[in-house]
Amino acid sequence: MTTFVLINVTLLAILIATALTISGMRTLYAATMLTALFSLVTACLFVLLDAVDVAFTEAAVGVGISTVLLLGVLSLTRSREAVTPRLRRLPGAVVVLFTGGTLIYASQDLPEFGSPTTPVQTHPLTDVYLRQSQEDIGIPNTVTSVLASYRGLDTLGELVVVFTAGVAVLALLGPLMQPAEAREREVLDLVDYRVLRVVTGMLMPFILLFALYVLFHGDFGPGGGFQAGVIFASGFVLYGLVFGLDRAQQVLPRRVLWVLIAVGPVLYAGVGVANMLLGGAFLDYDTFAPDDAAAGQHIGILLVESAIGVTVAAVMTSIFFGFANRVESSR
Amino acid sequence: MIATHYVYWLLFALMMIGLYVVISHGNMLKKLIGLSLFQVGVFLFFISLGKVDGGSAPIVSEDVETYSHPLPQVLILTAIVVGVATLAVGLALAVRIFESYGTVEEDQVLLRDADDREQDGGAS
Amino acid sequence: MIVLEIASGVLLAAGALFVISGGVGLLRFPDFYTRTHAAGLTDSAGAGLILLGLLLQGAGWETAVRLLIIMLFLALTSPTSTHILAHAARRDGVPVWREGDPRR
Repeated sequence: MTTFVLINVTLLAILIATALTISGMRTLYAATMLTALFSLVTACLFVLLDAVDVAFTEAAVGVGISTVLLLGVLSLTRSREAVTPRLRRLPGAVVVLFTGGTLIYASQDLPEFGSPTTPVQTHPLTDVYLRQSQEDIGIPNTVTSVLASYRGLDTLGELVVVFTAGVAVLALLGPLMQPAEAREREVLDLVDYRVLRVVTGMLMPFILLFALYVLFHGDFGPGGGFQAGVIFASGFVLYGLVFGLDRAQQVLPRRVLWVLIAVGPVLYAGVGVANMLLGGAFLDYDTFAPDDAAAGQHIGILLVESAIGVTVAAVMTSIFFGFANRVESSR
Repeated sequence: MIATHYVYWLLFALMMIGLYVVISHGNMLKKLIGLSLFQVGVFLFFISLGKVDGGSAPIVSEDVETYSHPLPQVLILTAIVVGVATLAVGLALAVRIFESYGTVEEDQVLLRDADDREQDGGAS
Repeated sequence: MIVLEIASGVLLAAGALFVISGGVGLLRFPDFYTRTHAAGLTDSAGAGLILLGLLLQGAGWETAVRLLIIMLFLALTSPTSTHILAHAARRDGVPVWREGDPRR
């Protein structure tokens, strides 16, 4: 127990120190690199707090996708922050001190950290998720069963948010360019790095294979559609960075990406409608196999997770292509 | 109190650092970075509410008895991916603002707006 | 079994030593290239030894296979990234530190 507290406090201290350094930094490139470090430490903390699925996602998103996006935007805009005038710091400090004080005052009512008698742990729902799910659904990873089955409607909502965000970015940054238009431009400098090209070429199939493993192994271990989608996307982002945008867009043409972005929500909602046609409620997977509820749940969860994976991967990849196109055309 | 609530307090400190960056820095990219710091603080707070002493990850197996609660993990798992998607929207907006104003500093954008308004007022 | 435990402990300690010396080197070395060397040491030798040590803990073949795959990936990616970093710095004309120069 004391080791746990020690590691926990150390990681949190590193986290806060990193956050303070980021807030004081004016060179935004360095701040971006520190946010990647911040994400890695956060992922360690998630593992410590037993949230392996979340740690997985945070590591892939925080280090892979958001760092690349921030770096791309920095190369499009100015990478140095203006000095914050002293006058502006005061209201911020006052608001922060007041809010922080209120939060700490309110935290007296919070249950003890890690106590097994908190309302979260004693609520009857906990037992449903942890024990009864084994009979209802029969999947060891309860995070997946809650995500895709018990709270499937929530997840559909989240997927629609991701879809909308992807469409919004494409609307803001203009449609992806045709490869033919961009081909005459100078390719990315990284193409000269032969070692990087060879190693990336070797790793690509394994990255995609790993993403598939994460997608289909999500029932038994940490993993699932969101993580797999992000890993797929970071594979394509790596490919685009190393081999140039044109080749990446030849592999994944924009029309295919646009269709894939829409496939996820349609498939997800389609599963729900199919359940209704089969005589059940929306997203009631039991109707897929009337004799064996668990088998029906397995089919439903597999379909839904694939839908999530496809959309998340397509949205993240096309967001990257959108930013990278701007970078190339602004040269 | 310290022994049972220290995690919450440290996470509140983290959130407040993020909030401070959002409020007092004028650079929009820095604001977005601050927002993601704040966001991570909230994520960790949520997850820490589901943690049980001596528990393990909520993947059911025969030789484990106590599990942490899966529900906060599900919510945060989706929130992280949604978070990066919305971050991308914010970044795209920042790029567009830079393209039309030539700056991502809030003050200068407001100044340009005020100038434009004055010119419009003088013309009409 | 006790032999395995001791070997695993020694490997873990050696790995930790490499990681710490890499961290110290990152802070103390005078220029970019030497710092890259220190960071590369952490990735390859430090992480490799720690993974070997974990492999000897004997946690079943499923975990062992995963650890081996992780080692393979680290052996591929870590020297590549170190090489690319140094290559990029050389292209950008970052000067090499010589005896007597100030720290950069």
